[in-house]
Amino acid sequence: MNGLAEILIMLLMLTNFRLLGSSRLPACISTVAFQAVLLGAITLTTAGWRLSPWVIILTASTLAVKGVLLPALLRKAVRDVGISREIQPFVGFGTSVLLGAVLLSVCFIISRPFLDSAASEQSRMLIPGAMFTIMSGMFIIITRKKALTQVLGYLAMENGIYAFGTSLAVEAPFLVEIGMLLDVFVAVFVMGIVIYRINQEFDHMDTHKLTELRD
Amino acid sequence: MIQSMVHVLLALISAPLLQGVINRVKAFFGGRRGQPLLQPYFDMIRLLRKGAVYGNTTTWIFRISSLAAAAGPAAILALLPLGRVPAMLSFNGDMIVLVYMLAAVRFLMVLGAMDTGSSFEGMGASREVLLAALSEVAFMLCLAALAAAAGSFSLSGVYREMDTFGPVSVMSATVLLILLLSENCRIPVDDPRTHLELTMIHEVMVLDHCGIDLCLIQYGSALKLWVFSALFSGICFPFAGRSLWADLLAGLAGVFATAVVTGVIESTMARIRMKRLPEMLSLASVLALTAFLWEILV
Repeated sequence: MNGLAEILIMLLMLTNFRLLGSSRLPACISTVAFQAVLLGAITLTTAGWRLSPWVIILTASTLAVKGVLLPALLRKAVRDVGISREIQPFVGFGTSVLLGAVLLSVCFIISRPFLDSAASEQSRMLIPGAMFTIMSGMFIIITRKKALTQVLGYLAMENGIYAFGTSLAVEAPFLVEIGMLLDVFVAVFVMGIVIYRINQEFDHMDTHKLTELRD
Repeated sequence: MIQSMVHVLLALISAPLLQGVINRVKAFFGGRRGQPLLQPYFDMIRLLRKGAVYGNTTTWIFRISSLAAAAGPAAILALLPLGRVPAMLSFNGDMIVLVYMLAAVRFLMVLGAMDTGSSFEGMGASREVLLAALSEVAFMLCLAALAAAAGSFSLSGVYREMDTFGPVSVMSATVLLILLLSENCRIPVDDPRTHLELTMIHEVMVLDHCGIDLCLIQYGSALKLWVFSALFSGICFPFAGRSLWADLLAGLAGVFATAVVTGVIESTMARIRMKRLPEMLSLASVLALTAFLWEILV
């Protein structure tokens, strides 16, 4: 199973590059949903198929919320707002991908001290993968202008944190994980409403224009 | 060792057949019967029977460019392992020799194209060099990742170690497939059958060649296709048989399977816009870099 887990982790790294390099919001949404599915699969493979009911419930609820519910919510937001592309981010898409490669190497280097504290042999490589997911989520939040893309960056970051948790402990405290899931759900829900309001109020959802507001 | 020689011999004989296979697959997808499998050979024989015509502006550079186009890839065959069958020549760093021999051939081809003084050929040469500059990065990083994974700096060593199905082999197979398509002017990058000079990349560089020169160039591109197919299939279908003869047969099957895959890709994809090609190739570089970092930093 070692090879399978590693390929899944590699795929997780690659989804971040897709997120960094794509300008289409629907594609980005599907990528984030795919990340959640990958995380579920990674949790199952790195647990070595020793499944406790908690792991199954946690994986299933994560999949349901992050893989189905939130993407559906965001797709609805895209439809309502009527904007399907991120135009002119602060850092271009090609540059983002190249910077992503730099970030990835940084992640590989800084995760070296953690590698020995990984929960299992299979989840060693998940640590740099999780760090890269967090970093690229953060990068997207910083460099994109549209509120919706920033929400996607936030979700990617959340996925990274979840992956980091699974890499260090096979069974993280159940309540913590469920609590986090609830937080994310509420946050994205609120953000979805906010995006809709911003769009209604100002006819766009560029967040950097909000800085020019005066009373 | 005899198997390595048989491989080189077979490659020299049957490389044009790969293009025939690709054309037949494309014809199948188009609902046609397609040209005979041996059509590339017929074309080359027809060209050989014609005389050569040289423009007034061309010099000896133009003549050696077509010679190099066939001689370079033929020499590379000696460095090329086929699956588990080792190359005729293998030493530490032969992968770098392979990359630079390909680059040298391209350099001479570009010089030959510029030598004609045609503006079209200059344009094609500039495009070719742009793509080459980007794909070389991906190629080098991919070979570096493979070398790090196998712990060996010779291609034969790398392909001998290639038996597990891991993330690095998946990534480098993807990168090599992209490189196969871009280096051999296959469809997402360049259309080998296009008739409009403005859209050509590679074909426009050989507009002024005819007769035996064109035959040599076509033969050289068939050999180059064989080189990349062997590199790709060795990673994609790692097969360890009981004897080297079985490995040789498996390697040949892999090369022709790669031709079928290429044909399928060519029939199901549209060309990527010229402006977006650098993006695709830099993505290949990023993939190769990820594989490389994965290998060395952990």
